[in-house]
Amino acid sequence: MLNIINKSPLSGNSLDSCLNVAAGGEILLIEDAVYAATTGNAFEKKIREAMGRFKIYALQPDIEARGLADRVIEGVSTVGYDGFVDLVVANRNCQSWL
Amino acid sequence: MKFGIVVNEGPYQHQASDSAYLFCKAAIEKGHEVWRVFFYHDGVNNATKLTEPPQDDRNIVNRWSRLAEEHGVDLVVCVAAALRRGIRDENLASGFRISGLGQLVEAGIQADRLVTFGD
Amino acid sequence: MSEEGIKKFMFVNRKAPYGTIYALEALEVVLITAAFDQDVSLAFLDDGVYQLKKGQQTKGIETKNFSPTYRALEGYDIEKLYVEKESLEARGLSEEDLLVDVTVLSRAEMGNLMEEQDVLLSF
Repeated sequence: MLNIINKSPLSGNSLDSCLNVAAGGEILLIEDAVYAATTGNAFEKKIREAMGRFKIYALQPDIEARGLADRVIEGVSTVGYDGFVDLVVANRNCQSWL
Repeated sequence: MKFGIVVNEGPYQHQASDSAYLFCKAAIEKGHEVWRVFFYHDGVNNATKLTEPPQDDRNIVNRWSRLAEEHGVDLVVCVAAALRRGIRDENLASGFRISGLGQLVEAGIQADRLVTFGD
Repeated sequence: MSEEGIKKFMFVNRKAPYGTIYALEALEVVLITAAFDQDVSLAFLDDGVYQLKKGQQTKGIETKNFSPTYRALEGYDIEKLYVEKESLEARGLSEEDLLVDVTVLSRAEMGNLMEEQDVLLSF
């Protein structure tokens, strides 16, 4: 499954919930969720731990918009909207953790 | 592949409508079909032609209308959510139509993937 | 998708009622989906479990109390209501506090169930 997250992990529990509940697969961080993909963020450790169970992606235009292009955690793959489309196609189902 | 899209938030207030639009554009550019976009909750506010953003801002409503015109995307606004929020046929932007929630369920059934954008 | 063309729809409820309209409008979609003869299930996790709390009295906030609708779902053949155990516990709730019969699942069971779905809708 493709799990889509759009909230900062420091303001809501969507990403935490997804990491706790989802059975694995892929996670795409979009909108304010891209803050979770950055080094030095209090959530960094959880992201690194989750990398064993999930493949983690972050939306590059949202990263750039927020001035974070130079601090994406190594191992998080960045994609454009075209890559977002490819991820939805490649997974049998998707869920937006709103 | 055939996509269904759900937009749950209004324009300008939340990024959901922008993200959904840019996703649709990318999907179409890759040769996929965006079969229907369903606007629900405050998402129905994407459908009012009375929207008038400042000149230097994107026109979110027109952008959706153009997508419908150029690529035959079916833009459906939930009737119950629309009436609650003052969206009616009189102020509906071009390319949008007001219909029932069954259209959302149908999108789930007919599309290969249903992607939700919301808060 | 199954051979008969029936899809598995899961409605994922993670938001509390009244503070925002999502819970009410989610319920409206659920009722419509039932008419399409699809395989419908509802999942309640995080603050979504508060939607099922017994004893909701909304007179004072002048808002419609839609909680009785959850009990009416059975009449529409919607009987798959799943609640995540850890979410209940984190809110000091147990099955007895809920206004309708549910199946309580662990996080892992909930995750596996989500994986089986064709369409996951959350509001």
